[in-house]
Amino acid sequence: MRYVIRGARVLGGDPADLLLRDGVVAEMGTRLTAQGAEVVDADGLVALPGLVDLHTHLREPGREDAETVETGSRAAALGGFTAVCAMANTDPVADTAGVVEQVYRLGRDAGLVDVQPVGAVTVGLRGQRLAELAAMASSAARVRVFSDDGRCVADPRLMRRALEYVKSFDGVIAQHAEEPRLTEDAQLHEGEVATRLGLAGWPAVAEEAIIARDVLLAGHVGSRLHVCHVSTAGSMEILRQAKARGVPVTAEVTPHHLLLTDSCASGRSELASPALASGWDSAATAYDPVFKVNPPLRTADDVAALRQAVLDGVIDAIATDHAPHTVEDKECEWAYARPGMLGLQTALPVALQVFGDGAGDMALWQLIAERMSRAPARIAGLAGHGQDPAVGVPATLTLVDPAARWTVEPGELASLSRNTPYAGTELPGRVVATFLRGEPTVRDGKAVR
Amino acid sequence: MAFSEAAHSTAKTVLSGADLQRVVDRIAHQILERTQGATGTVLLGIPTRGAPLAHRIADRIHAFERVRVPVGVVDVTLYRDDLRSQAPRALGPTQLPPGGIDGQRVILVDDVLFRGRTARAALDALRDLGRPAAVQLAVLVDRGHRELPIRADYVGKNLPTALAEQVRVSLAETDGTDSVAIVPEPPE
Amino acid sequence: MNRHLLSAADLDAAGATEVLDTAAELANVTGREVKKLPTLRGRTVVNLFYEDSTRTRISFEAAAKRLSADVINFSAKGSSVAKGESLKDTALTLQAMGADAVVVRHSAAGAPHRLAHWLDGSVLNAGDGTNEHPTQALLDAYTIRSRLGRLSGLTVAVVGDILHSRVAHSNARLLHTLGAKVVLVGPPTLMPVGVGAWPVSFSYDLDAVLPEADVVMMLRVQQERMADSYFPTVREYARHYGLDSRRAARLAEHAIVMAPGPIIRGMEIAPEVADSARSTIVEQVANGVSVRMAVLYLLLGGGRQ
Repeated sequence: MRYVIRGARVLGGDPADLLLRDGVVAEMGTRLTAQGAEVVDADGLVALPGLVDLHTHLREPGREDAETVETGSRAAALGGFTAVCAMANTDPVADTAGVVEQVYRLGRDAGLVDVQPVGAVTVGLRGQRLAELAAMASSAARVRVFSDDGRCVADPRLMRRALEYVKSFDGVIAQHAEEPRLTEDAQLHEGEVATRLGLAGWPAVAEEAIIARDVLLAGHVGSRLHVCHVSTAGSMEILRQAKARGVPVTAEVTPHHLLLTDSCASGRSELASPALASGWDSAATAYDPVFKVNPPLRTADDVAALRQAVLDGVIDAIATDHAPHTVEDKECEWAYARPGMLGLQTALPVALQVFGDGAGDMALWQLIAERMSRAPARIAGLAGHGQDPAVGVPATLTLVDPAARWTVEPGELASLSRNTPYAGTELPGRVVATFLRGEPTVRDGKAVR
Repeated sequence: MAFSEAAHSTAKTVLSGADLQRVVDRIAHQILERTQGATGTVLLGIPTRGAPLAHRIADRIHAFERVRVPVGVVDVTLYRDDLRSQAPRALGPTQLPPGGIDGQRVILVDDVLFRGRTARAALDALRDLGRPAAVQLAVLVDRGHRELPIRADYVGKNLPTALAEQVRVSLAETDGTDSVAIVPEPPE
Repeated sequence: MNRHLLSAADLDAAGATEVLDTAAELANVTGREVKKLPTLRGRTVVNLFYEDSTRTRISFEAAAKRLSADVINFSAKGSSVAKGESLKDTALTLQAMGADAVVVRHSAAGAPHRLAHWLDGSVLNAGDGTNEHPTQALLDAYTIRSRLGRLSGLTVAVVGDILHSRVAHSNARLLHTLGAKVVLVGPPTLMPVGVGAWPVSFSYDLDAVLPEADVVMMLRVQQERMADSYFPTVREYARHYGLDSRRAARLAEHAIVMAPGPIIRGMEIAPEVADSARSTIVEQVANGVSVRMAVLYLLLGGGRQ
């Protein structure tokens, strides 16, 4: 099938037509026509390289009641993504070639986004001995990113070995930075709000201590390190210095850590826009575990530091940490709830909400393209993703209506789970269409299957 | 029902301060007549205005006959049958005289007798507080509209009213001045 | 009063004073021959206890029964809850049973708030994890007021495991609301991070605080904190934060000593101090019933606005 996308503003530039043929952008110009091509009206829409998520939990195999590769893929496509990195903490854990190939095939069968499995660093995520990393790298899934996400590779010697070992196939260790002894029973960012709510504190230093250690290790062995979901201002200082020293470290931040604070746990958010605030009644949402996440929501000062780091490049990528959980795992006591939030369908809107003010139009779209597509594609080694729409590049792109505003209704999201922290919140920006190698996965805001 | 709001422009005064004093005197005399000199008798005021009224009656009895009648207060809030029709009310004090009420003639004292529900609640409260030999009721004003088979033994003044009207009793102890007035309709 | 009592912060000064005044009237009922009022006849109060706490449960049960409410004791241990029934399902069950109020004790902070989210009836927090225990704070305030005649302007030292103590949290809020000056005292490991944001002061030095205190409230310190390295030994803790007779002698003449909850004699309080005239430990129990009656009356006694 051929498509002519008519009048799209590529990265916010002047309107242009794009002819998609044989999986690539064949022509760009004005008033393009092609025999038998279907026309996609993109008047007022912005074309971006398809978004790439470095951090997605698809829950399959093991928790198909919370999400499957297919439903997660659909949520991803609807969110403008064309590739997602599926985290390894499934059941069984993705610590063998067999499991990563299964996830890879499930992704291919769903056919909505490229599902790139992440391999576990250690067997069973237990942090004791290395999984067969090379076997996963040479499997059909071609794994390059390895992570025990959900758990930290806490043993410094094991972390050093992992960093060294993946060099031979240009792998990268994506560390969930959390010193476990400092976060036993932890519930909410250690600070005034946690104290007020009587929830056990989750200190920032637990994250910062591991990042500080790991950048030293990565620098020592000369290996690539990626830091998952950074959340504190202190982490930004450590990363800033490490990058200045030339340590090959990259970092991601989640949309929720760019918008929400620990005050959400008390039913309040001083950061939220008036639209957000009006939807939140403090009595009704106090201790709502939908705001429980790992790492925890931090303070307004942390959020400001993270935003600045996204702007100045200390943070390379925005990654969703899409973490679906069933109602039973969320509609309960805070302490018993599982940490995590949905993110795929709200990531771009939240990024637009956070960075839409102040930055110029073109600068905004450049920032979005870099942090949500190009950089994550580079980090994950995903050829064919993260390239700005241009003649000859894969037609893997998404069309966004920047003027649209929509209210998040959990039941209308494609995920099997409902644990979005933005229920009832109005957000800017709607994905109208997504193309993966020239074929639509989303048309008119709806998944093609 | 008594109200302490500032006088409504259309309020009609039915008892002046002097009238009110005469009415209290009469109740005191009636009690002395019908209780053989107020022997074995206890006055229990129902807060808010029943309490000072009970003390005034006791004082007049003492002035007339040199008899000291024990006075107490009994708050009936927790016994009311209309608690759920409004926000929880603040509780008034309940204070029985040192000798208690067992075997005594208890005269309940209230400012206005209206539907009879306060008196009923007071009877329930008495049941939990002791076992009097007899219970009687003294009111400053009986305005009619009873909803229960209750009548007062001592009535200062019978005051025919319309249901929508309010009877406002003011006492120096609680409101700074003595008077009884009819207010045509609820102040709101 | 609001529909629920989830936190001591739900009460402003007027609301808290109303509870104490109401409790003072209701205390008389305890002294009468007929210790019962018909006020909550036909109302159902459920005691939903996920943690064992015989003292608190009995106190609430006595309070509800004195007001003629029907009381259902739902011990979550060994019931369907132990078999994995969720808090939400339990809430829906209680709702279907027509519970007008649920008194909940739970090990998880915020569990009462979640219940309040799912229930139409009133929720009373009878202790949630390390968060709050508002009726305990009310009865402590009541006890202080009965002993010393006022709360405003008093200096109250709360001593011990501030970090994990729901009693400390509720007392700090309520006593501050009622105009007392609260000083939290304990080792730095047991002082919450962010306590500086509270409208209270804190100190690591009990001896420096004692002469100023009108009230000393000794919190229970759980021995398992020792295993977690919050302090090295009971002996060392007692030496710095125990109220022995030498320390008690430094208190002002009128100062009182309180212990909300079971105490370890010899660790937090020396036996001779616990049994002295300063000690309010026994009257705190009786006051608990009056205060809980007051709260139940104010929550359930009226109609919904």
